[in-house]
Amino acid sequence: MAERYQQQSALAHFGLSARATSDQNESECGVWLGEHAFRGQINLRGDPGKKTFMDAVAKVTGSRLPTKPNTSAGPDDPQAGPRALWLALGEWLVVTVPGAEEETARSLAEATADCGGTVTDVSDARTVIAMGGRHARDVLMKGCPLDLHPAAFEPGACAQSLLALATVILYRGADPSEADVSAFEIHVARSFADYLWTWLEDAADEYGVRIIEG
Amino acid sequence: MRLAGGGRIDRSQLYAFTFNGTQYQGYAGDTLAAALIANGVRLVGRSFKLHRPRGIFSAGAEEPSAIVQVEAGASTLPNLRATQVELYDGLSATSVNAWPSLAFDFWSINSLFAPLLPAGFYYKTFMWPQSLWHSYEAVIRRAAGLGRAPEHPDPDIYDHMHLHCDVLVVGGGPAGLAAALKAGRTGARVVLVDEQNESGGQLLGNRQQIDGAPGAEWATSAAEELAALDDVRVLTRTTAFGHYDHNHVALIERRTDHLGPAVSDADGRDGGPRQRVWKVRAKQVVLATGAHERSIVFRNNDRPGVMQASAAACYVNRYAARPGHRAVIFTNNDSAYAAAADLAEGGVSVAAIVDARPEPGLDASALAAGQGIEVITGHAAVDVKGRRHVEAVSIAAVDEAGNAAASASRSINCDLLAVSGGWNPCVHLHCHSGGKLNFDAVQACFVPGESKLAVRAAGAAAGIFDLAGCLESGFEAGADAAQDAGIKRRGRARKAPVADAETPAPARHLFHVPSSKRGGDYKAFVDLQHDVSASDIALAVREGYESVEHLKRYTTLGMATDQGKTSNVPGLAILSEVLGRPIADVGTTTFRPPYTPVTFGALAGRDVGTFADPVRKTPMHHWHETAGAVFEDVGQWKRPWYYPRDGETMQEAVDRECLAARNAIGLLDASTLGKIDIQGPDSVTLLNRVYTNAWNTLAIGRSRYGLMCGEDGMVFDDGVTTRLGDHHYLMTTTSGGAARVMSWLEEWLQTEWPELDVRLTSVTEQWASAGICGPGARRLMEELSEDIALDAEALPFMAMSEGRVAGLPARVFRISFSGEVSFEVNVPSRYGMALWSILMTAGEKYGITPYGTETLHILRAEKGYIIAGQETDGTVTPIDLGMGRMVSKKKDFIGKRSLSRSDTSREDRKQLVGLLTEDETEVLPEGAQIVSEPRPMPPMEMIGHVTSSYHSANVGRSIALALIRSGHSRIGEQVFAPLPGKRVMARIVEPMFFDPEGTRLHG
Repeated sequence: MAERYQQQSALAHFGLSARATSDQNESECGVWLGEHAFRGQINLRGDPGKKTFMDAVAKVTGSRLPTKPNTSAGPDDPQAGPRALWLALGEWLVVTVPGAEEETARSLAEATADCGGTVTDVSDARTVIAMGGRHARDVLMKGCPLDLHPAAFEPGACAQSLLALATVILYRGADPSEADVSAFEIHVARSFADYLWTWLEDAADEYGVRIIEG
Repeated sequence: MRLAGGGRIDRSQLYAFTFNGTQYQGYAGDTLAAALIANGVRLVGRSFKLHRPRGIFSAGAEEPSAIVQVEAGASTLPNLRATQVELYDGLSATSVNAWPSLAFDFWSINSLFAPLLPAGFYYKTFMWPQSLWHSYEAVIRRAAGLGRAPEHPDPDIYDHMHLHCDVLVVGGGPAGLAAALKAGRTGARVVLVDEQNESGGQLLGNRQQIDGAPGAEWATSAAEELAALDDVRVLTRTTAFGHYDHNHVALIERRTDHLGPAVSDADGRDGGPRQRVWKVRAKQVVLATGAHERSIVFRNNDRPGVMQASAAACYVNRYAARPGHRAVIFTNNDSAYAAAADLAEGGVSVAAIVDARPEPGLDASALAAGQGIEVITGHAAVDVKGRRHVEAVSIAAVDEAGNAAASASRSINCDLLAVSGGWNPCVHLHCHSGGKLNFDAVQACFVPGESKLAVRAAGAAAGIFDLAGCLESGFEAGADAAQDAGIKRRGRARKAPVADAETPAPARHLFHVPSSKRGGDYKAFVDLQHDVSASDIALAVREGYESVEHLKRYTTLGMATDQGKTSNVPGLAILSEVLGRPIADVGTTTFRPPYTPVTFGALAGRDVGTFADPVRKTPMHHWHETAGAVFEDVGQWKRPWYYPRDGETMQEAVDRECLAARNAIGLLDASTLGKIDIQGPDSVTLLNRVYTNAWNTLAIGRSRYGLMCGEDGMVFDDGVTTRLGDHHYLMTTTSGGAARVMSWLEEWLQTEWPELDVRLTSVTEQWASAGICGPGARRLMEELSEDIALDAEALPFMAMSEGRVAGLPARVFRISFSGEVSFEVNVPSRYGMALWSILMTAGEKYGITPYGTETLHILRAEKGYIIAGQETDGTVTPIDLGMGRMVSKKKDFIGKRSLSRSDTSREDRKQLVGLLTEDETEVLPEGAQIVSEPRPMPPMEMIGHVTSSYHSANVGRSIALALIRSGHSRIGEQVFAPLPGKRVMARIVEPMFFDPEGTRLHG
C-alpha cells in the first residue's frame, strides 16, 4: 500500500513546516501563509433543478448544494463535514479533509448515478494555500481584479478568478467576529503552486509574513 | 529670496540639493521649483526645439518649461516637472535639454536659425534625401532633448493594486474634499486621490478663507475627518492618469519618490514598492480636478520670469519664496488681482497691474487700491526685455479688436511678469473616457459636456471658479454620486462651510497680442514645451493645415509631455483668429492618457523577472533539477530537455539517452500531457464529432489514437483517448495544446451542441505520468506490479489496466510514442515523485535512463510519428500527413467538409515524407527550404521545407521529416537544400527510419 511518506504536496520542497516553527514574530506580521495539503477536492456536476439530484447530494454531504453563484454551503471547518463551492451552473467543488475524498467521491457517484451526477476526484490537481492576517486582502488586491471587500465578498463566498497570472478558486473563510481579517483559501493548480506561493510571499513582504503549519 | 515667516514649509528641516551640479539648500515642504526660486535661480531649462532659455512657469502639473531629470544611475527618473518634485535631502537634478551646460547651451544656436525651423520643419527638411535620414535622426534626437532613460536594471520594486469603490473623487481641492466628505458621510466606499503631498489644492497656495479661517486649515480638518471614516481611502501623491470604459480609472501613487533613492536595504525591498498603480473600478466618478491658468501670447512671453499669476502667488503663500523683487501683473480677468495683493503682502514690489480690459471688477479694484498698486487698464504686454530673465516689459494700448498700438506706450522695469489669461478647466480625464466638451463662450474655456460614463465634474473642473461655488458644487456632486451609487443612507446634516461670495467682472477674450514690430517673424509662444509660436500656427494654416487635428500634428502643438495643458485654448484661439471662425467651431483635439507621464516600472508592476510568466512544474520537477537536467519551455511548463552527465555535450547526452531507450529502459516524465476526463451518455458522440476517426467500436479498457481538425480541415491537435467505462473516457492532448483543446470542446458543447449530455473535467494536474519504454520495460513493470497482468496478451498495445504499481494506485497504459514496448504509468500527482524514485532505483540494474524532450522527439521521428505543431502549422490536413486512413468516410466530424474543397483535396499539396541526406553526418536545419532544381542564386522554386531533423544514434545517421509538394509520389527522388555557403543533397524516402515492421512495438 502507498505510505503517508510517499505523498508529496505541491509545496513540499519549500519546507514550510520547518519555517512555520521558526517564524515566530507573530505581532509584526500583517499576513500569514500556509499550505493545506491534500485537501479532498471533488468536481461534481449535475442539474440543480433536479430535486432527486440535489437531495441525493445533500444526503451524502449533509448540506444542500449552493445554487447562488459564488457562494458555498457546508461547514467552514472541513473537520465538521464537506463544503461545496459553487463553480458554475451545475458545477461544484466539494472540499473535504485529507483522506475523505475517496469515500466521499464514491458515495456521491453512487448516490447520483441515477439522477445524472458526474463525479471526478481532482484532489491532486490543486493544492490549497491559506492566507490570513490584517493585510491578507491587500495582498490579494495586488493580483486579483475582483472586489474582495467584505461587503461584496462575504465570509463563505467563493469565486474563480485570476490571482497574479494563475487561475485560482478563492474561498473566504467564515469568521463573523473579524470579517476583514478572515482567512482566504486559494485553490491553485499544482503546477502553478510554486509560482503562486513565491508571488504571494513577495507581494506580502511589505506587510511582514509569517508561515503557519498547514 | 525666502520670506521671513509663513508658508507650508518646515524651517527646522534644512535639505541640501544640487541642480545642474551646483549645491543649494531648501526646506522640507519645498518642491524643487520652490527651492530654486527661493535660491534665486531663474534659468532652469532650454526649450525643446530652439533651445531658448526657460524658467519656472507654473507651480503644478501643467509645467511646460522646468523639466528635469532627477538622480542618476539605475533609479533615475527623466522628464519630471520641477514643480511637482518634492525636495528631499541630497536630491540631485539636472535640466533635460541642455548640452554641455545650461548656461552655455550648444544648441542655442538653433535660436539663430529659428527662421529655418518653422512648423513642420521635420517633414520639410530632413526627409530628403531619404538615405541620410538615419544620420540626421541621431543628431536631431540629441538636439531635441528629453531626459535619458536609465541604462541599468531598475533596483526598485513596483506594484499594482485593484480597488473597487462606490465613489471615486479625483482631486483634493475644495470641491473634491467637499464631494468626498459628503459621499463618505453616507457610508459609501469612497476613494479620494490627489497628486499633491497633502489635500487642499489651490487652498494651499492662496489666502482664501473658509468659515473665517484660512482655507488650508479647513482642508486639513476635512482630510482628518475623511481619514477617520471606515470605508474612505485618501491617496495623496497619487495621480489619476487614465480614465477608461466602465469607470475604470488608473492611478499612479508615488510612495517613496519624495524620500529619494533607497539607501538602507541592500535589495531595496524594505518598505514596499516605490510606485504603485491602482486600477480602480468606481460606480461613480467625481472629477474635481481643478483648472490650469493659461498665459497670453505676446512677444518673448517665454522669458524666465514670465509666470502664471496664480503660481507667483502660490510660491509666496505656500513656500514663502519670492519669485521676484519687482513684479508687473498682466491680466485679462479679475483673478490676478488677488495674486497681485498676495505678492505685495509677501514683500514683492508690484509695479503695476496691466489689465487688457477697460475696467476691472469692484473687488479687484479694491484689492489693488488696498495695496496701492497702479492699475493700467486698456493695455497689454507687447514685449519682454532680457534674455536669461525678465528685465522690463513694454506695454501698449489695445483696441477693441485686440490689436496693440504700433508703439509701446511704456516700458516698466521688473524681474517678474505674472500673467493671467484666464483658466482652463482640467477636463483631461473627462476626455479620456470619450466625454464631450462644450465651449463656454463667456469664460472662454472648454467645460465637460456629455459623457457615456457615470461621471460628474465639480468645482473649477466644471468651470466654477469661485470658492463658494466650488464648495457648493462639491457637496452636491458628492451627495448625488453616493445616491446614484445606490447608497440609501443620507449623511448627518451639517452646517455647510461658508466662503466669501465673489462678484468678478467678466474676463476679456484676449489670447494673443500681435506685435507690431518687424512683421511676423517674432517669437510669441503658444506651446512653451514644444516651441510652437503664434506664427507657426499662422504658417500651418497658410500651408493648408486648417483642421485642428492637422494643425496639432503638423506643428506638434500640445503634443509635448505637458499635453498642452496651458497652450491648448490659446492655440485654438489663434487658429480661430486666422481662420476667422469662432473657437467653438474650430473644435479641440482630444486629451489622451496619461495625464502626466508614468514610469514603465510602475506599468510593469510586479510582473517582471521570475514573475514575468508563471513557470509550471511537474510533480517530479525537483528530481530533474537535482539530476542536472537542462530544461526546455513547453508552453509554461519546464520539461527536462536532456540530462547531461559530467562533461557530456548535448549531442553525447542525447545519443546516450536514445540508445538506452531502445536497448535498455528509457524513462520519461510525461505529466505535462493534457488530460481531459469525459463523462456522460453522449461522450462517444462528442468524440466522433471532434476526431476524424470513428470511436463507436472502442472497447472499455482500450485506447485509440485520434486526430483533431479545425473547421478548415487542418490538423490542430492529436492524442490518445482511452475508454474507462460505459460513458467514461480519458482524452490526452499535446502538452502545449491542453488548454486550447479544452476550450475548443467546451465551446462546441456550450454553443453548438448543448443537447449533448457530456461533462468535461481537466485532470491534467491530477495525474503524474511516467513513460517506461524499451526492451527491459516489461521486466521492470512486472517486478513492481502486484495486481496487473502485463503480458502482451493481457495488456496488448493500446490497452489500459488499473491496479497498483509499487504499491501506488495507478493506471497503466500500453501506449507508445517511441515505437518500443512502452508502459505509461499514471498515479495521483502526490505520488509522482515516489513513483519516479522507485522506478529509478528498481530500474538501475536494467540500465534505466531518464530522457528528455530532445530524445522523445528523436525516438518518434525515427518512427515517423508527427508532433502537432511541428509537422503541422495550421495548413496541414490528415491526408497531407499520410494519415488518410484515419479519416472516416462514414461519419461527420469537424473539418470534414473542408477536406473536400478543391484546394484541400488536390494532389500536389505539401505532403509528409522522410529525407535522407547524401552525407550521413549532415543534419539539415529545421525550416530549411527544399528545391528540386537548384540554381547558384535565388530565386529558386521551393517545393517544401524541413519540419524535423536530428542526428539519430539508433539509425546511425541523420534523419529528417519534411513537407514536400506531391511528396507521396516523389519517394526516391533527389532534392536539394540550398544553405548559406553550401548545397545539401538528399533523397526523399518514406517517413519511417527504424523498425518499419513494428515488431518491437507489439512485442
